[in-house]
Amino acid sequence: MTTMANTIAGWFGAGKQGQHAKLQLILLTVCMLVLPFFLSGTFASGNSWVRTIDFALLYIMLALGLNIVVGYAGLLDLGYIAFYAVGAYLYALLNSPQIAGYLPVWMMNPPLLVMLLLAAAVAGCFGVMLGAPTLKLRGDYLAIVTLGFGEIIRIFMNNLDRPINLTNGPQGINNIERVSLFGHEFGKPLEIFGLQFPMVHQYYYLILAFCALIIFVSIRLQRSRIGRAWVAIREDEIAAAAMGINTRNVKLLAFAMGASFGGVSGSLFASFQGFISPESFILMESVLVLCMVVLGGMGHIPGVILGAIIVSITPEALREVVNPLQDMLLGKRVVDPENLRMLMFGLAMIIIMLLRPEGLWPSRRRKDELHPATKRITKQEDATLDEAEREHE
Amino acid sequence: MTTNTSPLLSVQDLKVAYGGIHAVKGINLEINKGELVALIGANGAGKTTTLKTLVGMVKPAAGSINFDGKDTARMAPYDFVSQGLVLVPEGRGIFPRLTVEENLQMGAYYRNDKADIAHDLARVYDLFPRLKERMKQLAGTLSGGEQQMVAIGRALMSRPKLLLLDEPSMGLAPIIVQKIFEIIRMIAAEGVTMLLIEQNAKLALETANRGYVMESGLITVADDSKTLLANPAIQSAYLGE
Repeated sequence: MTTMANTIAGWFGAGKQGQHAKLQLILLTVCMLVLPFFLSGTFASGNSWVRTIDFALLYIMLALGLNIVVGYAGLLDLGYIAFYAVGAYLYALLNSPQIAGYLPVWMMNPPLLVMLLLAAAVAGCFGVMLGAPTLKLRGDYLAIVTLGFGEIIRIFMNNLDRPINLTNGPQGINNIERVSLFGHEFGKPLEIFGLQFPMVHQYYYLILAFCALIIFVSIRLQRSRIGRAWVAIREDEIAAAAMGINTRNVKLLAFAMGASFGGVSGSLFASFQGFISPESFILMESVLVLCMVVLGGMGHIPGVILGAIIVSITPEALREVVNPLQDMLLGKRVVDPENLRMLMFGLAMIIIMLLRPEGLWPSRRRKDELHPATKRITKQEDATLDEAEREHE
Repeated sequence: MTTNTSPLLSVQDLKVAYGGIHAVKGINLEINKGELVALIGANGAGKTTTLKTLVGMVKPAAGSINFDGKDTARMAPYDFVSQGLVLVPEGRGIFPRLTVEENLQMGAYYRNDKADIAHDLARVYDLFPRLKERMKQLAGTLSGGEQQMVAIGRALMSRPKLLLLDEPSMGLAPIIVQKIFEIIRMIAAEGVTMLLIEQNAKLALETANRGYVMESGLITVADDSKTLLANPAIQSAYLGE
């Protein structure tokens, strides 16, 4: 437990001293645990803020999943949201009256952990389905194929209301049952030790728990043999094969792992939202998740988390700020914050990519690469290499 | 040399084609344990294709490849390392955004013996003190000669039975080329069997025990290095004398 705490704390920029790192992690945990009560106590619209945070946590899971594919393995995926859709639709179908008539009773409403494992597995299979035919593609070409894949999944969801009504088409699936855990159904009011837990609070803790799990898995993966193999194929696929890395399996595994994170996140989303439709899984969502990864710092877990938080929360914050600001400065409302959102977002992306191409919180390695502190070796130095060698011997 | 008389690598009547173009038109090669063999020839003679076929990156059209008692003609590239056949690719093929140490550790990717890996790493650093100085630096920021050292060191980390070197002198200053060949001799002295592919025929033959000369997809001459160096035809065609 201590080592785990240290490992995680280490990634959040904590010092090398174990005690210090542990303290930071405990502090962070306490902050995260009281956050929803702080928000609902401080703001009038507190519960809507908690809701925003819930979505931010879902986005963190998505961004970490995409980070495996894009950040570690270097495979540009523009259809990542499809796996989120697969997880969400799987949850919806198994937990709503939509196709209950076709399925045996024992398949309906599986327990939470079984449901999420299933979502991870099915999304992982979809990941392999996408990965297998694209093994030889890289860069732009891979991006185009994945983009098409993402759209195909969405269009399927949109049109699978005929001949058998599987997904209810563009109307989406309604009446999705909430998660149940230890006999308590989420969404029903809950009171523990005199504290009231509204629905958004309950989901906050549930999503937070799985988010923490996914962060932990991400960290372990990065430091594993598989993590090193991913980095190697990103750097040079031929050299990686020459090291004895089975490039085919390692790539498929990256797609599968990334997809399974998306599947879990999607299932939690469907359960939280209670309603899903193909509109939630448009290309723009894939682009947003990719922005989170790139903006935060590709391949660096704390950076990706930061990116996800910023990209998902800023539009909501904008809504809170823009209207009062307009009232105050102009006396009337000129622009709708909704319209401003993409403008601000686009501007922010351009500025950050120009000034900090490595992302807001990059790994030290990537920072060195784009802003080298150590000067590159010149030809002259190269020529003195021989001398230096001799001195050593 | 050991009492085992069968060669470590034996290639028979190997043919390789890219579409309709026959790059290798039926060659025979043999490498015995402990030997350093050079394969020389001009650009486009089929040297690199031969090497790529040996490690499974290109599939042969015909012929047999036998390495250490196994038929390896149809094996996948990533299975060769565990068999002990390791390639130092042309243009070095290091991982530019990993540190020197991480690059070297990637060489031991398929191995699980932590203590032995640490021991081998120390050995590589003994061989290349320059790399030890730069172990925390990103490999992409090293000079060309140092990158070649990383590539060779990384290959040694796989404990090769046969090391294949593809154009180790490519793109390096003459003084660095001398240094790299010094290292190749040192490794050979430690008993590592090597196949060396080079355009710098003189240097390659001076270093190797035996040599093969390749021309338009065929091996035209095969002999001891000394004999080849003294051969007037070779001298005029490859040694610039």
